Amino acid sequence: MSEATLSIKNLHKSFADNEVLKGIDLEAQKGDVISILGSSGSGKSTLLRCVNLLETPTSGEIRVNGELIEMKQDKKLGAVPASFKQVERIRSRLAMVFQGFNLWSHMTVLENVIEAPVHVLGVPKKEAIVKAEAILQRVGLYERKNYYPGQLSGGQQQRVAIARALAVEPEVMLFDEPTSALDPELVGEVLNVMRGLAEEGRTMLVVTHEMAFARDVSNKVVFLHQGLVEEQGKPDVIFENPSSERFKQFISSVY
Amino acid sequence: MQELLNYQPVLLQGAWLTVQVALLSLLLAITLGLLGALAKTSQSRILQIIATLYTTIIRGIPDLILMLLIFFGGQMLINSLSYSINESINEYFTSYDINHEWYSYLPDYIDISPYFAGIVTIGFIFGAYMAETFRGAILSVDKGQIEAATAYGMSRSKIFIRVTFPQMMRHALPGIGNNWLVLLKTTALVSIIGLQDMVKIAGDASGSTQQPFTFYLAVAFIFLFFTAISSALLKRLEAKYSIQAR
Repeated sequence: MSEATLSIKNLHKSFADNEVLKGIDLEAQKGDVISILGSSGSGKSTLLRCVNLLETPTSGEIRVNGELIEMKQDKKLGAVPASFKQVERIRSRLAMVFQGFNLWSHMTVLENVIEAPVHVLGVPKKEAIVKAEAILQRVGLYERKNYYPGQLSGGQQQRVAIARALAVEPEVMLFDEPTSALDPELVGEVLNVMRGLAEEGRTMLVVTHEMAFARDVSNKVVFLHQGLVEEQGKPDVIFENPSSERFKQFISSVY
Repeated sequence: MQELLNYQPVLLQGAWLTVQVALLSLLLAITLGLLGALAKTSQSRILQIIATLYTTIIRGIPDLILMLLIFFGGQMLINSLSYSINESINEYFTSYDINHEWYSYLPDYIDISPYFAGIVTIGFIFGAYMAETFRGAILSVDKGQIEAATAYGMSRSKIFIRVTFPQMMRHALPGIGNNWLVLLKTTALVSIIGLQDMVKIAGDASGSTQQPFTFYLAVAFIFLFFTAISSALLKRLEAKYSIQAR
C-alpha cells in the first residue's frame, strides 16, 4: 500500500494544565475528504492547527507523505520543532482555510492568491498570475481580482481564501470551520466550491458543523469528544448506526 | 529689513542644515524605533528589558539635557575608550619587546562634530518615541493576518516584510507624523552644541544687528513652512495606506 498523505499518531496537546488532545490517531489517503465533528471544546480546531504546527503538539507524530515532522525538547518551552526550515516547507504544502478568512487586507484578491506561490514557493510572478486567474475563474471571482478583501462579502472572501489555498497546489487542504463566520445565505456558495474540490479528488481535512456536508461530501467522518476520537467511519454507516451514545446525542442535537 | 536680506544666504544655508539634520535623525529614529518595537514585542526577555530601559530612560529625561549628556559624555567616552585600547595594544607589544615605544594606534583625541552628535542625539531620542509608536502599531495588526502568513510557510522575516510592516504602517503613520513634527522642532536644540543651523545663525545675527525679533520671526516662519509641507505630505501618505482598509 502506498504511503498515507497525512498520518497522525498518538497526538497530545496541552495548554498549561489543560489537556485538549489526549492521543489522536488519524490517517488520510490521497483523495480522502475527512470531516471532523465535535462539540465546542472537543479539540477539533486544535487538532487541525497541530497538523501544520500553528499549535505545537506536546507529543506524538505527524507525517506528511511519509515525512516525519522532527521535534525536539526545549527546557523551557517543552516540545518544539527541530527545524523551522522543515516546518516552513511542510506548511507550504498544507494550505489552510480559516474560519475568519484571514485574507491579507492590504493586498488585492489577485495579490492574495499569488503571494504564497511567488514569495514562498518561488514561482515566477507571470506564471503565478496566469494560474491565479484560472483559479479565480473557477471560484467565480475573476471579475473581482483587483478588489481588496474589505470590499467583498464574507462568502466571496472565503472563496478567495480557497483560491489562495489552491494556488499552492497543496497535498492536503485544511478547513477550519470555513462556513461558521458566514451569514446563512452565504454558506451555500462556499460549500459548493468545497464540494467541487472533493469531487476532483483533493485531499481535505474539514472541521465543520455542516452535517449535510459531512454526510454527503466526505468519505470519512471523525467525531471528537473531550480530546479523543469517539467515533469514526464512513458517513452513511455511522450516521445510520452510531455506536457511541455521545455521537447519537450530538447528531440529534444538531439536526 | 535690509539686515535680514543681508543675512538671507546664511540663513538659508542654516535652514538647509536644519532639514539635513532632521531627515537624517528621522532615518535613525525610524530604524531604532523599529528595532526597539521588535525587541519589545519579541519573546526574548533580555531584548524586552533592553528596549524598555531604552525607552524609559530616554523618554524620562529632557531633550536638552540628553543632548548635552550625549555630546559631552559621548566625547569623553570615546576618547577614554580609544585611550584604553591604545594602552592595551602598547602593553601587549611591550610584553614582547621591552624597547617598544608608545604609539597611538587609534587617535588619542577624537573630536565629535556637532553635526554628527546632533543627528545621533536626536535620532536616539526620537527612536524611543518611535519605538512606542511602532509597538502599538505592531500590536494592532490582526493576529489572523500573521497566522495566515505562518500557515502558508513564510519565515519570520518574510512575515514581517510582507505582512506585518505594510499593515502596521496604517496604524503607525499618524504617530510617525506627530513625532516628525516634534523632531523637526527639536533640531533647534543643536544650536547649543555649536552647529550652524538656522537658529544659531539667527542668534548670531540678532547679536550683531540688535534685531532679535526680526531674525527669530524669520526662523519661526521657516519652521512653520517646513511643518506645513510635512503635514500635507503626511496626509497624502496616510490616504495611500488607508485606501486598502475600505
